[in-house]
Amino acid sequence: MFKKFAWLEWKSFLRSASFGKSLGLKILMAFLALYFSAMFLLFGISLFPLIHKFYPEQDPLKVANSFVLAYFTFELIFRFMLQTLPVMDIKPLMVLPVKKKKVVNFVLFKSLYSFYNFLPLLLIVPFGLFCMFKDDYSTAGMTGWIIAMYAITLCMNFLNFIIKKRFTENLKALIPIVGAGVIIALLDYLGIFDITAYFGTLLDYLVLNPYLAIIPVLILIALFWWNFQNLRDKFYLDADLKGKNKAASTKEFGWTKRFGSLAPFLQQDLKLIWRNKRPKTTIYLSFIFLAYGLIFYPNDTYQEMPTFFVFAGIFITGIFMINFGQFVPSWDASYYQMIMAQNIPMRQYLASKMGLITFSVLALAILSTPYVYFGWNILFLNLACALYNMGVNIPILLYAGSFNKKRIDLDKSPFMNYQGTGASQWLVGLPLILIPIFLFWITNKYINYEAAIVILAVLGIIGLILRPNLLSFLTQRYRSRKYVMIQGFKQKGD
Amino acid sequence: MITATNLSKMYNGTKVLDIEHLDIPSGQNFGLVGNNGAGKTTFFSLLLDLIQPTTGNIFNKDITVSESEDWKPFTSSFIDESFLIGYLTPEEYFYFIGELRNRNKADIDSFLTQFEDFFNGEIIGRKKYLRDLSKGNQKKVGIVAALIGDPEVVILDEPFANLDPTTQIRLKKLLKELSQISGTTVLISSHDLIHVTEVCERIVVLDKGVIVRDMETSEATLNELEQYFSAEIAES
Repeated sequence: MFKKFAWLEWKSFLRSASFGKSLGLKILMAFLALYFSAMFLLFGISLFPLIHKFYPEQDPLKVANSFVLAYFTFELIFRFMLQTLPVMDIKPLMVLPVKKKKVVNFVLFKSLYSFYNFLPLLLIVPFGLFCMFKDDYSTAGMTGWIIAMYAITLCMNFLNFIIKKRFTENLKALIPIVGAGVIIALLDYLGIFDITAYFGTLLDYLVLNPYLAIIPVLILIALFWWNFQNLRDKFYLDADLKGKNKAASTKEFGWTKRFGSLAPFLQQDLKLIWRNKRPKTTIYLSFIFLAYGLIFYPNDTYQEMPTFFVFAGIFITGIFMINFGQFVPSWDASYYQMIMAQNIPMRQYLASKMGLITFSVLALAILSTPYVYFGWNILFLNLACALYNMGVNIPILLYAGSFNKKRIDLDKSPFMNYQGTGASQWLVGLPLILIPIFLFWITNKYINYEAAIVILAVLGIIGLILRPNLLSFLTQRYRSRKYVMIQGFKQKGD
Repeated sequence: MITATNLSKMYNGTKVLDIEHLDIPSGQNFGLVGNNGAGKTTFFSLLLDLIQPTTGNIFNKDITVSESEDWKPFTSSFIDESFLIGYLTPEEYFYFIGELRNRNKADIDSFLTQFEDFFNGEIIGRKKYLRDLSKGNQKKVGIVAALIGDPEVVILDEPFANLDPTTQIRLKKLLKELSQISGTTVLISSHDLIHVTEVCERIVVLDKGVIVRDMETSEATLNELEQYFSAEIAES
């Protein structure tokens, strides 16, 4: 049966409308994967000598153990942001004689075949071997340690699975978890309750009593079982129908009226965002990323490298642009035929999308003004980045959008619907960020900071002035891609 | 009103539509029948510029549909549920289409009053999104939305499918009145020979993309059509 499922997966990959695009991305991802594998392996091998050098008096394994909890916390965060969970279209399978158990097991086991589960091995095993041969730890002890560490890694895999499910279904459920995490981290940071050290001690104890490695393995099995129950209970079409009797919201967004001929489209887009889970998350993400600057601005290490501030600036003011804009026009995929046959000129359609995204950049730029606390130079840079986003990045993004022909199912049940929330999503955003960073870096290096800000702002303003021309170009482009898009959007599933 | 010349559409070397010449005069109630794969939806999609013709052109009021967008203001259509925006309520959808066709809210409200019977109390004011309506009710919304703004050309693909019997009868009356009273050109396709002969003044039969019959509707039409479609079965 597993073989059959795998066969279905393979077919859906090969026959997908976006095959070319996904293949290109896959190749790029493969290179990244190789790079990260090399880095992890290198780090795994050099970790033991490095600790030995920096903490000569201490036992390398004990030092490493005291960092393990922090490491896993970061791993979980990274998994949450980057790892795409396996998706399966269950509807055609529901009425066929296939056991639910099999389908759910397939999905869960498939998640194990992930690069993110392979990577930590490159770190854990070399370090474990070093401890075994260079240090006088017993073979049994280190074997237990390796097993325990890897079991915890896989626990992260399934924990992420659970959290992601909760996140897409109910965002608020995540708040207490994040809150608890922050409190524990704070207590640890202030030295009140040193949880990472306690965790390290536990691991030290485990090395002395390797049979205890059974505990993480048991936790792993429990998590697997929890996921299994979770997914099996959702194996109904009506799993999310409960709330359906809830009256439809009829918010009118009347204030959009003042935008004249664009008003109906703006209203339409706001309803799209407000009433569908998938685009709604982009709004929440925008607010979360507003705090992104806090990582860079107060940190002394970045003060000498203002290039990082460009990264933050583009991201803070443009996160909605990146998340929403790159799926234009796929958001309208399910009724794209109507949009094309209705009395809507292509130019106006694109102008309204541009308007909405520009508005979001403006709003985020205004919301980010409190960063002036960290200096005027940061405020000006953020505003320049906002201008650059409006003038240059939005047209680039919409141009990239004209290659889109993959449908987004807005009303698809949230059963494992993570369409487009993986690493590939961030890759599309790279040129949007790298180009301004490069321009800023080179001007800052050869002229000065002010000139670099001016360059970004001027490019943005030029883009804004040329917008009517760019719009004509984009209209042309979208019109010539129209038939391909209609064809692609008709194709359901992944 | 609508002219197709040398129109053909090929998919991977197979001709799915091949119309040498077809002229639909203004105000005609035009019906398209044919078995699955005859090219009905292909023809409508070409007419709406949703797909590109391999050869030839379609002119809608002398405008080449694949070259200009100027036919859009006076043409409206409902092909299938993908013409609906699932996350809007029916009212919002009507208002949205209304705004695209220069009708304000009040216009739409008064326009909708004439469809109260048609909607049977299941559509207006129910606070439901379109995606949560039944297939039949979705179809009703799509058809009525296609009539907003006094279009000169209305294109409906299989309007009778999925509708309940009462609504089918109402729809027939509605479509007949549409071309008689306001002179609208109405193009419909259907698998139901009885409905189509009742509604349409002219019926064109497509078979594998080619026009095989083109007739003015009369008493004898239904019989003729039934004979045509049962001929294959009789032969075997």
